[in-house]
Amino acid sequence: MAVELPDNVQIGQLDALASWCRKNSLWPMPFATACCGIELMATGASKHDIARFGAEVFRFSPRQCDLMIVAGRVVMKMLPVLQRIWQQMNEPKWCISMGACASTGGVFDTYSVVQGVDRFIPVDMYVPGCPPRPEQLIQSIIDLQDKIQREGTLGGDEFRMTARQQPKRALVELPGLPTIDSARNPVAWSSEVGRG
Amino acid sequence: MNSDQQAHDALKNRLAEAATSEFRGQARAVVPAEQILEALKFLRNERGFDLLIDITCVDYLRYRGAADRFGLVYLLANTQTNERLTVRTFLNEPEPSVPSMTPLWEGANWMEREVWDMFGIHFEGHPDLRRILLPEEFAAFPLRKDYPLQGRGERHNFPVLTREGA
Repeated sequence: MAVELPDNVQIGQLDALASWCRKNSLWPMPFATACCGIELMATGASKHDIARFGAEVFRFSPRQCDLMIVAGRVVMKMLPVLQRIWQQMNEPKWCISMGACASTGGVFDTYSVVQGVDRFIPVDMYVPGCPPRPEQLIQSIIDLQDKIQREGTLGGDEFRMTARQQPKRALVELPGLPTIDSARNPVAWSSEVGRG
Repeated sequence: MNSDQQAHDALKNRLAEAATSEFRGQARAVVPAEQILEALKFLRNERGFDLLIDITCVDYLRYRGAADRFGLVYLLANTQTNERLTVRTFLNEPEPSVPSMTPLWEGANWMEREVWDMFGIHFEGHPDLRRILLPEEFAAFPLRKDYPLQGRGERHNFPVLTREGA
């Protein structure tokens, strides 16, 4: 026996509803360490107005955020802080690596600068630029919204895919450089982490 | 004779080993490491160099014509007469070491910690000679010329967080 639906009822997937809610209320965690942070502030200010995408609520408490924007270079002394903040953020959470330095280390190919935060935390979106313009950051947020809507599930199944667990870039040092003491960090140098 | 020249003439009279010179109007002196405390004490107490601008270091490894490994540089100023003086001393491995200047200038504390942090120069008598910029567990002195620019893997020595593990 068919059930007649009233006009104001629509049938859909609950996943789609959850993703729709999540993508339109991203609360960024501004991890701004360098000049990209200035562009991040400009993105939040009235001219570019990140509020148009539901992401205007910058929270400095990781407990209240679900989007980490790593803006600027991260040095080796700062990386444990970054990782702790990432762990303190509640699921579901996403990460944007903003600018050349956060994504690759940029021009700072020195002993103290981490060569891309995606080596140590999962990254969803990369924004090129040095620093990127606010439009580029907004584009990455729009793309991230598409990604959340497309892949998001109520149970967070999209995060359990094995393909997304792997660091996106090689953890292998350039040939010719001294090798790291693997005993100090067996996780980073396990065999499953390969080039590519 | 300007006051800069007076300062290093006075230093020369006091310490026969001090080699003084002038370059484009700037007075400078090279003092043996054993006499650096005596020389700086003299300059501070009797020549009025009451301000220690900076302590820094140069690594002369593989530098053309250099006889010593490290050059330690003290930049002094006299705030009354606006005299400036650069005092240098040379140190060698193993274990380059000089007396700390913290009894003379309190501000030497962090400057010496930075030189220790970056070059591994030991300052005898320093009240708190710890690393100031790098993490405590850092095992090298990165501004030494025999340290590779890209490090020895310190920047990769962290656990990898994944979605599943977090």
